[in-house]
Amino acid sequence: MEYEAVIGLETHVQLKTKSKMWCGCANSFGSEPNTNVCPVCLGMPGVLPVANAEALRLTVLTGYLLNCEIPRFAKFDRKNYFYPDSAKNYQLTQYDKPSTANGHVDFEFQGGTSRVRITRAHLEEDVGKSTHFERNSGVDFNRAGVPLLEIVSEPDITSADMAYEYLNALKEILQQGGVSDCDMEKGMVRCDVNISVRPKGTKELGAKIEIKNMNSFSGVRRAAEYEIARQIGVVSKGGKLIQSTRRWDDVAGITEEMRTKEDAHDYRYFPEPDLMPFEPTDEWLAEVKSRVVELPSARKARFMTDYQLPAGDAEVFKANVELGNYFEQIAKQAKNPKAAANWVINNLQAKLAETNEQSAQEQAAMGLEPADMTLLTLDSLKFKPEQLLELVGLVEAKAISSSAAQQVFAEMFETGKAPAAIVQEKGLAQVSDTGAIEKICDEVIAANPGPAADFKAGKVAALNFLKGQVMKQSKGKANPGVAGEILERKLKG
Amino acid sequence: MLNQLSISELTAKLAKREVSAREATQACLNQIQAHDGELHAFLSHDVSDALAQAEAADQALAAGTRHEQQPLLGVPIAIKDVIAVKGQPLTCGSRILGNFNSPYDATVTTKLRAAGAVLVGRCNTDEFAMGSSTENSAFGRSCNPWDTTRVPGGSSGGSAVAVAAQMIPGALGSDTGGSIRQPAAFCGCVGLKPTYGRVSRFGLVAYASSLDQIGTFTRSTRDAAVLLHAIAGHDAQDSTSVPQGVPDYAAALDGDLKGLKIGLAKEYLLGGLDAEVKRAVETAVQQLTRLGAEVVEVSLPHTEYAVATYYIIATAEASANLARFDGIRYGARVSGADPIELYANTRGVGFGPEVKRRIILGTYVLSSGYYDAYYLRGQKVRTLIRQDFLKAFQTVDAIVTPTTPSVAFKAGEKSGDPLQMYLQDIYTISCNLAGIPGISIPCGFSANPKLPIGLQFLGKPFGEATLLQVAHAYEQATPWHRERPAQV
Ligand SMILES: [Zn+2]
Repeated sequence: MEYEAVIGLETHVQLKTKSKMWCGCANSFGSEPNTNVCPVCLGMPGVLPVANAEALRLTVLTGYLLNCEIPRFAKFDRKNYFYPDSAKNYQLTQYDKPSTANGHVDFEFQGGTSRVRITRAHLEEDVGKSTHFERNSGVDFNRAGVPLLEIVSEPDITSADMAYEYLNALKEILQQGGVSDCDMEKGMVRCDVNISVRPKGTKELGAKIEIKNMNSFSGVRRAAEYEIARQIGVVSKGGKLIQSTRRWDDVAGITEEMRTKEDAHDYRYFPEPDLMPFEPTDEWLAEVKSRVVELPSARKARFMTDYQLPAGDAEVFKANVELGNYFEQIAKQAKNPKAAANWVINNLQAKLAETNEQSAQEQAAMGLEPADMTLLTLDSLKFKPEQLLELVGLVEAKAISSSAAQQVFAEMFETGKAPAAIVQEKGLAQVSDTGAIEKICDEVIAANPGPAADFKAGKVAALNFLKGQVMKQSKGKANPGVAGEILERKLKG
Repeated sequence: MLNQLSISELTAKLAKREVSAREATQACLNQIQAHDGELHAFLSHDVSDALAQAEAADQALAAGTRHEQQPLLGVPIAIKDVIAVKGQPLTCGSRILGNFNSPYDATVTTKLRAAGAVLVGRCNTDEFAMGSSTENSAFGRSCNPWDTTRVPGGSSGGSAVAVAAQMIPGALGSDTGGSIRQPAAFCGCVGLKPTYGRVSRFGLVAYASSLDQIGTFTRSTRDAAVLLHAIAGHDAQDSTSVPQGVPDYAAALDGDLKGLKIGLAKEYLLGGLDAEVKRAVETAVQQLTRLGAEVVEVSLPHTEYAVATYYIIATAEASANLARFDGIRYGARVSGADPIELYANTRGVGFGPEVKRRIILGTYVLSSGYYDAYYLRGQKVRTLIRQDFLKAFQTVDAIVTPTTPSVAFKAGEKSGDPLQMYLQDIYTISCNLAGIPGISIPCGFSANPKLPIGLQFLGKPFGEATLLQVAHAYEQATPWHRERPAQV
């Protein structure tokens, strides 16, 4: 019998806010333990939570980005469980009235577009972090109370690869939407995977098994691959699976049982009496909606349609929003948007990266931390986007050769001078005047009788050598197309 | 005796510089010194800190600061030990907090400081405000100053004793099901529980968050008006506090009762009510009529469910609120082999029996499979109880009831029977479930022994001004609030 996997993901994402969810402490990574704390996030006696308005906005913004409904009534609940990293021994979360529900994410997968439905994206708070020493344990509460979005998908995912692509698409949406930096290394994204298997073609769901403790998207993929195979192995031998939670061991590459349904927690959820229900007004929703950005997948499709770009170029502009925006500033006026895209991707992006790499090395040598370095951005370039457009135009009009264009670009990047001025200053204008080129061609043929004879004898490659000589003698200014035509005519004639 | 002055009398003398804040504070400290060994109103008080605050107040007075600017300048005030005062112990009447000192001020504490009050000490309470007699304090009960073999009521018993025994002219307490009004009735002082949301709860150690409200103990309704004005108002740190302006309560006191309609709740005068209490309340009702009020009967049909509803909602919230006392971050700790054992050991030793009983009750009513039958149904009944009141307030301006079914009972009399103890709050509990304001004022004494009887007025949401006006009119026409316990 053939089996299929049914996968749903619960993805926890730290929101990009200045302060924590219920207090004014900084929401920042990497501080000394227990320095971003106050009575509120330490759960001192008598404190009360006050909801972070920006976190509420980012939650609803996520709802819009994930095509969710935004209920007009949401509330927070207490989820009760004892754990040393939980300051109050209950976690505030949105249990049965979340801020967003019933959305979906569309993303490219295996050459087509796949859709994963989103059950809900709800707001909750992060907990502290325990560290175990030889004899003692410590808890760092810097992370306690950091706003966390839990994005729950429907079990629409059918393979480990699809889970991986879904997560990447989700991450791209959240990053570009300004919701989260999604920095995996800083623990900003964590996810739990629910997996079950069933005979292909059947509708009934198998026993749901939750996998925890993956710390990267590739970890999720590996864990899912392992777990799907394991479950199929069990059921195909007639074994029975039971609802349980398993832990992914990244080093061993296996999942191990943590607990079964019998010893599942009773979280005793009830509405948080210290907070009022959240009932957004029309104005509030409109303000949040105005922050919605174009979805990455839509952007890619639009770049391909509007500018006739190949998928590869559109993909670059989808992933790199700033570069895409830069391109769009000149794309509409460009006679050949594809040529403009090539310049932005191949020349501008490369030059910027190269310059910044060198600059970073120099600044590091001066003792600066990466966070304190000043690097060049697309906004701080010396030349304007229109000047790049002008340069592309010169190449397209064959006014300068592509090698000359490289020189002009380098100069423009350094000085910010206009391309036309540079061409003039350096005498880089391409010569298309056939009289001048004919004269050089005659000289080249006369000076290279061997290759000339070879071409006449049918060696086509010899023409390129002769063309190169013409270019050399014209100091790169001859239009290579025109030179080729003249040489061919003269030799064949 | 300076410690016997009311807040209004004291501020008048301070303003005229007839007395100093230091003298007034010292008089209070002397009274505490003389009687607190027996009465145990205070869990702690910091003499040098109090005197330093008093001296600062005297300097401000000397520099020309007036009571229009700081209404409590130089007035000693005591605070129930469930409200945070920076740098001072915060025990909540429990062993579980160990040597915990609060790192911050509650909003009411900040407001009292801003009003110029001299914060004198931390008053005894039933552990985590759970109780009606102060017998659940881990540090020993407080005694009723009218008869020390009797309880002062609870949970804010210490605050009531301090005010009634002339140790302090005003004190803050907290009221979750009657914890201000019942001890005020038992001790013969004025106890005011404001509307839910009127006073910030930030810094009040939560017992039942949706019911808790900070309020006042004073020896007159005028003082209640002054003290409430100082602590009321919206607070950005408490999301449940209401952004509504605070009226000048004292200025509204002097209207007469003509044209006011007062409801007499028929469900509150049924069986279980002590005959002397009933007679005192009936006499008070006649007095209200003589003062010009029209007294009409009203019905609050869901009253009989109030106690049960309260013990579902309050304990549910408490079970979560008290989860933070785990021995990990602060307070007492009894080690264990793993975190679970550490919690069990710490909480096993740290909490007293009544707190454990309520945590267990609350955990039970929230448990999977029981939630709908208990917690959810409790919330629905709560809504009905609130609707009873809102409906009654369509026809009346205030409701008059006894505060308690009887006068102060003997220590130990009910401590073996939790249900009897819970029924102490039968007349006060609905007010918290409905979120409305209530006040208890003295309305007479039992004959033998002579013990105070309390009269309760319940008002519309944010109707404190009317409540105070009615209470004040009654108080002006009767001698009860001027009586003092013989021993002090
Ligand atoms: Zn904090």
